Amino acid sequence: MSKSTFYTSVGYKILMALSGLFLMLFLAQHLTINLLSVISAEAFNEASHFMGTNPLVQFLLQPVLMFAVVFHFVMGFVLELKNRNARTTDYAFKNPSTSSSWMSRNMIISGITVLAFLALHFIDFWIPEINTKYIVGDMSGLMADGSFRYFHELQHEFQSLPRVIAYVLAFGFLSLHLLHGFKSSFQSVGLTNGKKRVTLHKFGNVFAIAVPLGFVFIALFHFLTQSH
Amino acid sequence: MGNLNSGVPNGDLKNKWTNYKDSIDLVNPANKRNIDVIVVGTGLAGGSASATLAELGYNVKTFCYQDSPRRAHSIAAQGGINAAKNYQGDGDSTYRLFYDTVKGGDYRSREANVYRLAEVSTNIIDQCVAQGVPFARDYGGLLDNRSFGGVLVSRTFYAKGQTGQQLLLGAYSAMNRQIARGKIKMYNRHEMLDVVIVDGKARGIIARNLTTGEIERHSAHAVVLASGGYGNVYFLSTNAMGSNVTAAWKAHKKGAYFANPCYTQIHPTCIPRSGEYQSKLTLMSESLRNDGRIWVPKNKKDVESLRNGSLKATDIVEEDRDYYLERRYPAFGNLVPRDVASRAAKERCDAGFGVNQTGEAVFLDFSSAIMRYGKEQALLKGLDENDTSLVKNLGQEIVKSKYGNLFQMYEKIVDENPYETPMMIYPAVHYTMGGIWVDYNLMTSVPGLYAIGEANFSDHGANRLGASALMQGLADGYFVLPYTIGDYLSDDIRTGPISTELKEFEEAESKVKEQLNSLVNNNGKHSVDYYHKKLGKIMWDECGMARTEEGLKKAMEDIKNLRDDFWKNVNVPGGLDEMNKELEKAGRVADFLELGELFAKDALERNESCGGHFREEFATPEGEAKRNDKDYTYVSAWEYKGEPSKAVLHKEELVFDNIEVKERSYK
Amino acid sequence: MNLKLKIWRQKDANDKGSMVDYEIQNVSEHMSFLEMLDVLNEELIDKGIEPIAFDHDCREGICGMCSLYINGEAHGPDRRVTTCQLHMRKFKDGDTIYIEPFRANAFPVVKDLVVDRSAFDRIQHAGGYISVNTSGNTQDANAIPIPKDNADLAFDAATCIGCGACVASCKNSSAMLYVSAKVSQFALLPQGQVEAKDRVLNMVNKMDEEGFGNCTNTGACEVQCPKGISLDNISRMNREFLSANITKG
Repeated sequence: MSKSTFYTSVGYKILMALSGLFLMLFLAQHLTINLLSVISAEAFNEASHFMGTNPLVQFLLQPVLMFAVVFHFVMGFVLELKNRNARTTDYAFKNPSTSSSWMSRNMIISGITVLAFLALHFIDFWIPEINTKYIVGDMSGLMADGSFRYFHELQHEFQSLPRVIAYVLAFGFLSLHLLHGFKSSFQSVGLTNGKKRVTLHKFGNVFAIAVPLGFVFIALFHFLTQSH
Repeated sequence: MGNLNSGVPNGDLKNKWTNYKDSIDLVNPANKRNIDVIVVGTGLAGGSASATLAELGYNVKTFCYQDSPRRAHSIAAQGGINAAKNYQGDGDSTYRLFYDTVKGGDYRSREANVYRLAEVSTNIIDQCVAQGVPFARDYGGLLDNRSFGGVLVSRTFYAKGQTGQQLLLGAYSAMNRQIARGKIKMYNRHEMLDVVIVDGKARGIIARNLTTGEIERHSAHAVVLASGGYGNVYFLSTNAMGSNVTAAWKAHKKGAYFANPCYTQIHPTCIPRSGEYQSKLTLMSESLRNDGRIWVPKNKKDVESLRNGSLKATDIVEEDRDYYLERRYPAFGNLVPRDVASRAAKERCDAGFGVNQTGEAVFLDFSSAIMRYGKEQALLKGLDENDTSLVKNLGQEIVKSKYGNLFQMYEKIVDENPYETPMMIYPAVHYTMGGIWVDYNLMTSVPGLYAIGEANFSDHGANRLGASALMQGLADGYFVLPYTIGDYLSDDIRTGPISTELKEFEEAESKVKEQLNSLVNNNGKHSVDYYHKKLGKIMWDECGMARTEEGLKKAMEDIKNLRDDFWKNVNVPGGLDEMNKELEKAGRVADFLELGELFAKDALERNESCGGHFREEFATPEGEAKRNDKDYTYVSAWEYKGEPSKAVLHKEELVFDNIEVKERSYK
Repeated sequence: MNLKLKIWRQKDANDKGSMVDYEIQNVSEHMSFLEMLDVLNEELIDKGIEPIAFDHDCREGICGMCSLYINGEAHGPDRRVTTCQLHMRKFKDGDTIYIEPFRANAFPVVKDLVVDRSAFDRIQHAGGYISVNTSGNTQDANAIPIPKDNADLAFDAATCIGCGACVASCKNSSAMLYVSAKVSQFALLPQGQVEAKDRVLNMVNKMDEEGFGNCTNTGACEVQCPKGISLDNISRMNREFLSANITKG
């Protein structure tokens, strides 16, 4: 790809879509592993340990993921600012709901909400995880009693009601984000046309609702099944 | 009143154009770079001419009053474009297209021009397809054709009901390529207000920048007018609101003869008017007459009931309907030429059979076509052809695919569903066959001043056939003018740039400024539209579908009085040095007020009925037009002499060597 | 019916401009929206007030000259129509109607409701054509059969009238629908294939240069487009853009 021709509005749009598509894949993967926690603590522990220690995942996929997250957010902000600047005098009377969905117009709001959640999520899981593994240097994934720590940590997080509420709320916004983002990313890479578009949109809507719902279910499941 | 020389080359009709092209002077490519050409107007003629002249290497400056060349009114042409391709194998040929055009024009056009037009018509289709114009195609991937009024073959190429749009965008894209190369300098939102004549040759124009109000001088070695027709002299017409005669009229006042101004085409299938506020009339493609049947009730009683709303069109049984075109013209039926169809509608409405409240509407009914197509589809699909509602649905689908956008347009305007109830239509002013007189080279009587497309008078005689306007515009612009103008410009290779400091430019500019000044400083009491509407009413009443000696004399006087009143009492708000839409309109109406008078004078002089000119005194007992070939087989070219009424007539005798002049019969 | 109108007035490009209130009585439901404005203008002229400038020409929905953002929608509340085809029967007695120019930095206001859309022309100059000379010696029109489906799709894309409603109704002032319609028309035809790659790259570049925003696929353009140009065209253009970059890069 030549530099000069790709870095245009359409090029950026395609990059947003590709990073978005990657993040959606990650979400699906993340949900699959988390769902194991509902079925079997052991299976969940095994899978988590694998993901947490496999070098391919840790040193190839994880950096790509980090890059995709950062890129998607930074680019999202940059484009939003640019787009706002394309109309500096606004209309006196607007009626946007007649022609587009709230989700499509407010990706920045749902995006920021998800970003805020991500900060919380990092504080909860990811920073302690990195600390344990790479600062303390404990790659075993084991607790003092010799069992895996992952399931235990998960349960611990979902003991707090405010956290569960924040969780549910954030996934609500993620769903809104995906309701537009899914089909949008396919459109951006040029994979939608006529009838295919309709089918894809239907699938996209299912994905956008089912995935966040899955996460919410896991949070509620662990909150409700634990004694407080 | 000498005989005008049209400069038609000698020789056999079939070889005239080829031989002529072989013998005219050419300009070598290096010299073309030193020659400037101004083109006014960016419709099919102006757009295609600009693009082609620039391709050839001339420096082209193109002007349009719209905000983009793509908006010229050619864009509104719906039905199609004729070409003698004979893809359908139904017996079409160059000669037949030539024959149909001359006959359709009621033997008032110049043979050699029409033959050339028919000859290059096939190139147009090749050219447009190469440009990416998406013409309709059949399932084999080849181009589709349909038939049109006044002919017996299918030679019309089309792109749904938007053929004009697609062809114009083709010409626009060809222009864009040259604009990008710097060979066309485009002046959008500019209006030509005068042509500048230096040493007897057209050497430039004065234009107003419509955004800033600035008056600009532009020079060139030749000036091409492609500014369209003057149908808006009627106020209500199917023309765009901005369509005007100003460029052509200013040229006329500077010496270009104006030919046959009275030949006006009244298009039969327009949406009837609904009220005083009406600003324009909307045309629906004549192609509708392929499948629609035109009728009014047989009985006055039913007419009354229709008007007071107690009866619906669909309630009137077959026996009580008068399909008057099929009755009067069994051979062509609903596909008679436009002038015949329009007059027949007027005849029925004048006799009191108009079907709406204004009494000025007839029905255009698709129910038989829907059922016919439906049956065909049912058979093709192996469904029950006796199931009426199924057949109706299938038929509606076909009609929708053919005319969907027209039906939608009708429904939006009238708020009635034409799939269920017949459309109402009435004739409206649509096209003006008259225009600036040009010779075989498309040059006007002023050397170096050319007129192409609807702006000239040349190819359609007294009546234009459907789908021929697009053909003529593109033929002139792509294939005729680029050759003939070279013959003239070959003398200009050593002239060098024309200075805009010449006194002729100065004089023309100060005249233009003077007129604009007097308009904005008039502080009168009536708006521009007030005068335009009054003029329109005089024109429609006295110079419309039927004209009389008495009425025309009255029109000449009324228009003159109205013009005097206009200059005394018109109110043009706003200033000179800004965008001022009222000032633009005022200048155009001022010119219409002069043209209108010449129009009436021309109609008065022509003591016969032919094509778009119908004099009540000259009709057969059945009410058909009666031509007078002995005394009027000529083009009336008028020379300006200070007042429209004082215009001097020059005649160009028309000679028909290759076609037998007959009474035009569509029975 | 009687209506209250709030209309953007701006003397020229440098003026700040503001919404001004007007009232109009006895509006017929059969009037077109622009005829209503004609009547208002006649009244203003009689009162010695400068009439409202607005662009319009063919008044039959095909030239693309009329614009107007009416009650928060490009070309008003009706679908598949331009402002000149919008009829007053879409409004009710006593309604207040906001009338604003199409807004985008790429479409600066010239006066009142008139905007400068020449950016659209400049995008076409960058590649909206097939490079063929008018020699009259091109091959026969039927020499290359084109599948009817492709011909129809190309036609559908080509029906764009260049009015700018897509830009006006896009929250990002993006011109993607407009540009993609032209790119698609030519990409679908064999004649257009030859230059397809350069075309898409050049036109997209020019579009950015003119200051239009980025497409975020909200779909508002398709809904508000008077000609119903499909979002499929944007998708096709994205595809063309990707493939052009891969093969040319």
